[in-house]
Amino acid sequence: MADKIYSTKLQDKLERNIWALILMSAFVLSIGGIVEIVPLFYLKSTMEHNERPEIMWDRKEGQSLDDWKAGDGIRPYTALELAGRDVYIREGCYLCHSQMIRPFRDEKERYGHYSLASESIYDHPFQWGSKRTGPDLARVGGKYSDEWHVRHMIAPRSVVPESVMPNYPWLVDAMVDGDTITTNMKGMRTIGVPYTDADIAAAAAAVSGKSEMDAMVAYLQVLGTMAKLDYGVNYRD
Amino acid sequence: METTEKYHFDVVRWFSVAAVIYLVVGTLVGVLIASQLAWPVLNFDIPYLTFGRLRPLHTNAVIFAFGGCVLMATAFYSVQRTCGVKLWSNKLAWFTFWGWNLIIVSAVITLPLGLTSGKEYAELEWPIDIAIAVVWVAYTVNFVMTIANRKSSHIYVSNWFFLGMMIMITYLHVVNSLAIPVGMFKSYSIFSGVQDAMIQWWWGHNAVGFYLTAGFLGIMYYFVPKQANRPMFSYRLSVIHFWALTFGYVWLGAHHLQYTALPDWTGSLGAAISIAMIIPSWGGAINGMMTLSGAWDKLRTDYVLRFLIASLAFYAMSTFEGPIMSIKTVNALSHYTDWTVGHVHSGALGWVGMVAAGALYHMVMKLWNTEMYSSKLINTHFWLATVGTVIYIVALWISGIMQGLMWRDYDDFGTLTYTFAESVAAMHPYYAMRAVGGFLYMLGGVVMLYNVVMTIRQASTHPSTSAEPARA
Repeated sequence: MADKIYSTKLQDKLERNIWALILMSAFVLSIGGIVEIVPLFYLKSTMEHNERPEIMWDRKEGQSLDDWKAGDGIRPYTALELAGRDVYIREGCYLCHSQMIRPFRDEKERYGHYSLASESIYDHPFQWGSKRTGPDLARVGGKYSDEWHVRHMIAPRSVVPESVMPNYPWLVDAMVDGDTITTNMKGMRTIGVPYTDADIAAAAAAVSGKSEMDAMVAYLQVLGTMAKLDYGVNYRD
Repeated sequence: METTEKYHFDVVRWFSVAAVIYLVVGTLVGVLIASQLAWPVLNFDIPYLTFGRLRPLHTNAVIFAFGGCVLMATAFYSVQRTCGVKLWSNKLAWFTFWGWNLIIVSAVITLPLGLTSGKEYAELEWPIDIAIAVVWVAYTVNFVMTIANRKSSHIYVSNWFFLGMMIMITYLHVVNSLAIPVGMFKSYSIFSGVQDAMIQWWWGHNAVGFYLTAGFLGIMYYFVPKQANRPMFSYRLSVIHFWALTFGYVWLGAHHLQYTALPDWTGSLGAAISIAMIIPSWGGAINGMMTLSGAWDKLRTDYVLRFLIASLAFYAMSTFEGPIMSIKTVNALSHYTDWTVGHVHSGALGWVGMVAAGALYHMVMKLWNTEMYSSKLINTHFWLATVGTVIYIVALWISGIMQGLMWRDYDDFGTLTYTFAESVAAMHPYYAMRAVGGFLYMLGGVVMLYNVVMTIRQASTHPSTSAEPARA
């Protein structure tokens, strides 16, 4: 009513021809995603280790994952850590805990060095999270004792009275399955995680007799401890 | 009745009733998890009822069960009426109905069991993802072929928006769900880290942008003029709205990852386009609201119209808030806080939920060829929904901004003032308040369900004397 019916020739054509409308919409809808996503796969500057290879673990021939020490560099998760990570995903921990520290003063003091893209290179899927109902966990590894983590997961309010986290007592009794973790590591290898045959062969033994609680603790304790980051270095330009 | 009908409306009736049921179920789970954050004892130490497993159930139930059934009901309803023909295939429409509901049932079973791919808003595991793709394509093909068979010369604007949604969701769902199965219900995303994050939020924000916005704008463009019985305010604005939205929305996902390890150029690009999106969004909202220009008095008596117009006010509000939150300095504070959750709910409860309620009431009356059992109860629902939404978003504005400020606060000695745990404790009253807001909203859904059930019973026991099949 406020204006007369008006249309360009192209718009008129699109409104008369469903196939043309589909093609045009599909084209317009593709642009943003292509521009923002595709370069991330080939721009070298996306991953910090292209500039600073020392943050990755330089694994020598014949070394097992057990030969790695904290700070040696970013490596794939061990069988037990991966099992813990599977529990972390199953329980939906990522819905309340982020694993992505931003480059702000308060976050540095609260959580540690800002997170690098290379640090989640083996994270299928990523666990950056979007919400901090609980604190960030990107560098929780080594901050608390194993014993603290166990007590905290069985009954969070016994160690942090203000916590609103659910209790996870069942993790103590549930056992990690060796066959499952072997299959999962093989799956990870097909999508690019560099597990060796020896890593996979040793997986079942590495988790034998371990509970899901053990696995969770192993996973949490390695978070953020892989690369030794230097505050004097600018990892991102 | 079936054979004499001009259109295939039975499947629309089933989708409509299913949508109202899922509204109650989805918000009920929402109220439970909101309460768990205020009173963690409500996790009951039962794995299947913990927050981490029920939160995906809540989002899937409201987005895919409720939202999906609304979109399928309204698209199948309005495409027939605007094109003047029956659905291309009634069988395929029923396949869509049963397929979609089977997917919902499988979500209700698998998510509490902890079977999840771990990607927010796309948690369902790979066999269900494949089923979603098949059913979604069936829905799209049926819709497109119905348009191809149309009697009208031009394709009506509501159908552009539905179509844009269908194409984009197909893209997003297929790419974001690419994963390597390692078991019947376990898979790993083929992408990792930063690329996975970008693809996930390209999906995440466009699930909002297309599923919950473009699709529901399709609803707005059909049902607002129909209910108001007036033509759309501006055709030209509709054209701009459509193309600006289809082009622009796709870029926004990156604003969820500002200051993260995503390269700065990507986040900034996402933020820049986010700010520009105020223009088409407000153009659309104004287009809908101004349709009432000169007939505002209808809002006094027509409660269904009240839902539709209030939803546009919430749409305008949350599409203003969104761009603000994508500005880097604001995002530095708001990210990771409850403000984001509040923002989503001002869109979800205020815009999506209310425009859906308006459309559903309109359809129920047309589909069963009767008046609603109680028009007063529509008004009750309206106020429960409005007040519930406002309480909800105000609670999370306070808690979100408070969290952001507490986390970054320094005392006189240059040390952090608050521990994280202190910020958690400070949230308690607002989490309780949010649960109350959500409860009121759910109560509105219960009132609607009762009203719809009574209307259908009344229509079947006392068929309207002027019983003639609904016409376009």
